[in-house]
Amino acid sequence: MLTSIVKNKVGIVSCSGEEIPEGTISRIATRLVLEKLRPEETVTICLPLFLAGGEGERTFARLFPTITVDGCEKRCAEIGTKKYSGKPFATIVVTDILKKCPKLKLKSRDKLSSDELKFAEKVAEEVAKKVDEALGYEKT
Amino acid sequence: MNMPKPKYVFVIPCSGIGKSMGTVGRKATYKVIEKLRPQNTRTTCLPLLTVGDQETLNKVRENPCISIDGCPTKCAQKNIEASNGKLKKSFMVIDTLRNHKNLKPEGIIELNPEGDKLANIIAEEVATAVDEIMESEC
Repeated sequence: MLTSIVKNKVGIVSCSGEEIPEGTISRIATRLVLEKLRPEETVTICLPLFLAGGEGERTFARLFPTITVDGCEKRCAEIGTKKYSGKPFATIVVTDILKKCPKLKLKSRDKLSSDELKFAEKVAEEVAKKVDEALGYEKT
Repeated sequence: MNMPKPKYVFVIPCSGIGKSMGTVGRKATYKVIEKLRPQNTRTTCLPLLTVGDQETLNKVRENPCISIDGCPTKCAQKNIEASNGKLKKSFMVIDTLRNHKNLKPEGIIELNPEGDKLANIIAEEVATAVDEIMESEC
């Protein structure tokens, strides 16, 4: 069984958000969690694969906690996860966090500026906190 | 009867968050829409198609589309097709890579220079396809 093979994992589902800078932030933040902040505890799930027939993705998201990271209020990752698998454990929306940084204006869809990268790191930290909550412990 | 010329070609990459190939496709898309053919191209968020956003469905149904997929799962192509979009051409990063085996793209957050080079090659191919589509739909 998948659950006996894979333990203590949380799936991070990011919107890809090609059209807007917030989408790039959600994508980079997700990768930062996967590669740097919680590499042992997280996997990512490709959102468009839900529709393209990724049964493995759908099954994983049904059996394990998921955290959605959306760029904007359209909340594609949250809606897609609910539609094809189940309710996410937590939802993060980049524009909500951006409201706490009123001086920051996101411009880049491709290569992030240093300020934008710092903001992506901030979003990643928020995601990592939710990962810890999902797994029921606090990381020191 | 002559069809009206499309205003834009929509270039839509897969989200490809798990592999370098996805980042190559995404970078190629930005190269086309921001630098090579900014007058004739736009992109839209692939997940908006996945969740059936009506505004985005209208965009892909009313305008010619090009998909850029990282891998054979072809998420971008399949999502456009499932949305009844006007898919005119499909690209796959690994197809171009087969013709440039010396390039080894690596990295997802930050693509290595070889990945950038591959993205530029694909972007040129996509730009040519954009020109052909604009020409044929006149």
